[in-house]
Amino acid sequence: MNRILKYDLISLITYASLVTFGIINVYSSSYTELFTSIFDYTTLVGKQLIFLAISLIAALIIIFTKSKFFDNIASIAYLLSLILLTSLFFFGVERGGAKSWYILGPVSFQPSEFAKLCTALFLAKFLSIIQTDLNKTRDIIFVGTIVFIPFLLITLQPDPGSAIVFLAFIFPILREGLDLRFFYFGIIILLILILTLVFNFFISSIILSAIFLLIILYRRRKRISLNLIKSFISLIFLISISFSTNYLFENVLEQRHRDRINLILGKEVDDKGIGYNINQSKIAISNGGLFGTGFLEGTQTKGDFVPRQHTDYIFSTIGEEWGFIGTFTTIILFSLLITRITSRAEKQVNHFRRIYCYSFSSLLFIHFFINIGMSIGLVPSVGIPLPYISYGGSSLLAFSIMFFVYLNFDSSRLKED
Amino acid sequence: MLKKYLLIWLTISVSLIFIMRLVSLQLSDDSYFNSDFAIQELSVYPERGLIYDRNGNLLVANQPSYELIIVPENTTEFDTISFAKLIDMNPDELKKEINSSIKYSTKLPSVIKSQISKERNAFLQEKIWLFEGFYLRKNSVRDYIKPFASNVIGYTGEVDKNDIINNSYYEKGEMIGKQGIEKYYEDELKGIKGKKYFQKDRFNRVIGPFNNSLSDVKPSKAKNITLTIDIDLQEYAESLLQNKRGGVVAIEPSTGEILTLVSSPTYKSEQFVGQDRTKNYNILLNDSINKPLFDRSLQAQYSPGSPIKILNALIGLQEGVINENTTFTCNAGHYYSRNAFMGCHNPFGTISNLRKGIYNSCNTYFARTYRGIIDKYRTSSEGLDKWATHMKSFGLGNYLGYDLSIGKKGFIPESDYYNRFYGTNRWGSSTTISNSIGQGEILTTPIQMANFATAIANRGFYIKPHFVKSVNNKLMNNREKNYTTIDKENFEIVIDGMVDVVDRGTARIAKINGISVAGKTGTVENFILIKNEKKQLTDHSTFIAFAPADDPKIAVSVFIENGYWGSRWAAPIASLIIEKYLKEDVGRKWLENRMVNGSLIDEYEKPYKFENFSINE
Repeated sequence: MNRILKYDLISLITYASLVTFGIINVYSSSYTELFTSIFDYTTLVGKQLIFLAISLIAALIIIFTKSKFFDNIASIAYLLSLILLTSLFFFGVERGGAKSWYILGPVSFQPSEFAKLCTALFLAKFLSIIQTDLNKTRDIIFVGTIVFIPFLLITLQPDPGSAIVFLAFIFPILREGLDLRFFYFGIIILLILILTLVFNFFISSIILSAIFLLIILYRRRKRISLNLIKSFISLIFLISISFSTNYLFENVLEQRHRDRINLILGKEVDDKGIGYNINQSKIAISNGGLFGTGFLEGTQTKGDFVPRQHTDYIFSTIGEEWGFIGTFTTIILFSLLITRITSRAEKQVNHFRRIYCYSFSSLLFIHFFINIGMSIGLVPSVGIPLPYISYGGSSLLAFSIMFFVYLNFDSSRLKED
Repeated sequence: MLKKYLLIWLTISVSLIFIMRLVSLQLSDDSYFNSDFAIQELSVYPERGLIYDRNGNLLVANQPSYELIIVPENTTEFDTISFAKLIDMNPDELKKEINSSIKYSTKLPSVIKSQISKERNAFLQEKIWLFEGFYLRKNSVRDYIKPFASNVIGYTGEVDKNDIINNSYYEKGEMIGKQGIEKYYEDELKGIKGKKYFQKDRFNRVIGPFNNSLSDVKPSKAKNITLTIDIDLQEYAESLLQNKRGGVVAIEPSTGEILTLVSSPTYKSEQFVGQDRTKNYNILLNDSINKPLFDRSLQAQYSPGSPIKILNALIGLQEGVINENTTFTCNAGHYYSRNAFMGCHNPFGTISNLRKGIYNSCNTYFARTYRGIIDKYRTSSEGLDKWATHMKSFGLGNYLGYDLSIGKKGFIPESDYYNRFYGTNRWGSSTTISNSIGQGEILTTPIQMANFATAIANRGFYIKPHFVKSVNNKLMNNREKNYTTIDKENFEIVIDGMVDVVDRGTARIAKINGISVAGKTGTVENFILIKNEKKQLTDHSTFIAFAPADDPKIAVSVFIENGYWGSRWAAPIASLIIEKYLKEDVGRKWLENRMVNGSLIDEYEKPYKFENFSINE
């Protein structure tokens, strides 16, 4: 009994609920009248069930492994994932415009999903070394490089959606001592980015200048000293960020990326063209109402209106067939899981394990934020799955492994090593 | 501290934002449902309402027809030329139709060609499958069973842009009443279309009924209409007016029900059904000489001529300027002012009392009466306005308010009019003397004349004339009496005079055995502008009547353009109509033949021959 109680049962139940709900919705999204046996290996849900079985076998192995083992293999795992990502350029198979797959007979496998796990482990490993000091420029650069290499490799596939997920690692790095000014700086840049995209370069520079002028006047009145030259230089710097945002947006991004961003900013409306997917997703979700249309009864889902509904847009199936009850429950389950893992991570004595758990909850958060945000039209369309729910064997397996590694770590949270 | 809770705070706030968004998407905002591509909407039309005549004869029904529709999204490349040939359509026109359909909607069906006959449909059904995205759909079009009263019944046509803008009920390609009863009673006749919803997949294929058809809306049935028109009488009157221009209006005085309303020449409702409807419409529209789309009974404003003398007599009696014994002497006319002589067909030295004045239609008598009325008051303005008020109480000078959407006000001059023309009070009864004999500024439409005949027949009131007796067998009541300004007792002497008109006066030809007919003839001078030159044409022949005089069942006005004097065409036609209505059979076949076969075509062509012509032959 004690053996079971030492595991985080709340998280385990949440995990189990999400996975079960995921299978149900994948079944519904891919349901046609022709195939009704869910154990048929050729159907999507059959494949998903097989990966679930593999995940559970992996779970058993992980649970009975000593925590120290993961510390030991972290570097090798990271290296291996980099090799797998690199050799994609030579042996990878292209699907949907990106070379992100290995295909061995009936099994396809997406290394970028496992790169998240390996990066989390290695980052934890590096940050937990006593000598590492996030006030040193050298160490900051090294930490940045750990995250940047897989980010770059995945971006080049090109699968920028999966790459964006690596932004999640900013949270553990901050937690481990990176100066908050880096975070504020990032926020300011993000705001300028949005400002520039919503209006344009000129208006945003006028707004920036006005804000600066107000700060200067305020400080003058309060007789707080300020360095005029310094503030002027930072103004110029911020304006130049706005300018380069503009430049990047117009000249580096492709039209489809621009369209996705403009769509969310409300600058374009095109429900039949590029906005089709998001619009259909919103229609399906609003079609659900409070109680939903019922399992296998969603008209949008049955009509197969939402492309990629069983993968990236699985949330629209939940929305249509299970209604607000379903979407609300899903959101509660995710936020419960994320906050639970985060707060349990805080209680870890061991640095390595704490950082890993923190990275895991951050990864879950980013997926949760982007995927659901995109399905309800709040975030630009980025093709990443909703963990445990979306169809996709690699994703299910990788996130299950991450979860059970967390469960393993959590059970020994009070041990030093 | 911030660092420790950053991720937790972010998670909680993001979740809250998501939940708020979902509340607005799922619990309050239903606007997304309307743009739902997953549901195909199909309109279900009820059959258009039937139209009967007052005796229950079916006049208008529906017949099956087919239309060619396009769903642009489903079309593939096809040979426009051969398709145009197949459906018997101009290729350019076809392209235009297809483009406008695409503009309307790529997903919804639009009509490319409507009113395809049953035979043609059978032929097309075998070929249409070669052209993806085109379908034949069954609907129904009007079947005008009796080819009469078309000017009353009107016709239907496809809705145009304005119809769609003005009323969101209508969609492209639907039918709407364009004229006549079809237009005025559109709401009753169309019913309310229903909706059927189908579930579609993303390739636009219908995969079954939506929501087990529970969301479908049943069409609500159209209403049937019973007209006041007597179709047999209408047919008879139309036959009498062939090859003549003019109008006939017959009203049942006690109810205001219009028994017959003829305008000649006219169109046939049938011409607006089927493949040639556009061609036919253009022919009718462009006939600027016969103007078949112009309803002479409702829209033509003529000088009324002598029948107006009856009203002047009534006003004179009411104002006390004459009584039944008042006499005036006529010397083949009279000088109404210095050097101004008004001629009269009565011989020199005729002394007339009121009855005789009426039955001999003495100009002098009514000119003197009119002057009495006007000059009774301090100023001629006051007098004329008093006179006009009496006139208007008979429904003249304004719309009558019947249930068709076309008409004219006619004109009753008031002091303003002459003040503007001559200067304030720089005119008098003699200046406006033509009003006394219906030649001056007064203008009336034939239905207004029938209506004042009704008011006389009723001894002082009329009920708004109307064309519809009942809708879905529910009688249209609230027919209130409009009283004239003339007291009831003043009518009898005038009606006696009108009976004399037929018995021994100007319209003896209108006499019917066993029925006392009250009437009044009119001979109306008229002019036309030819190359900016005013030319007089042969007089119009007009007649008003009602019968039986002591218990009127029918009041009639007949107006025959350029028919010369009143009893030449108008009086016999009115008399035949009365006989037909009251006796059902017409005994005077010789007169009937003369009227049916008589033609005024030569008379009408005179002004267009560009040579001098003589009139009143």
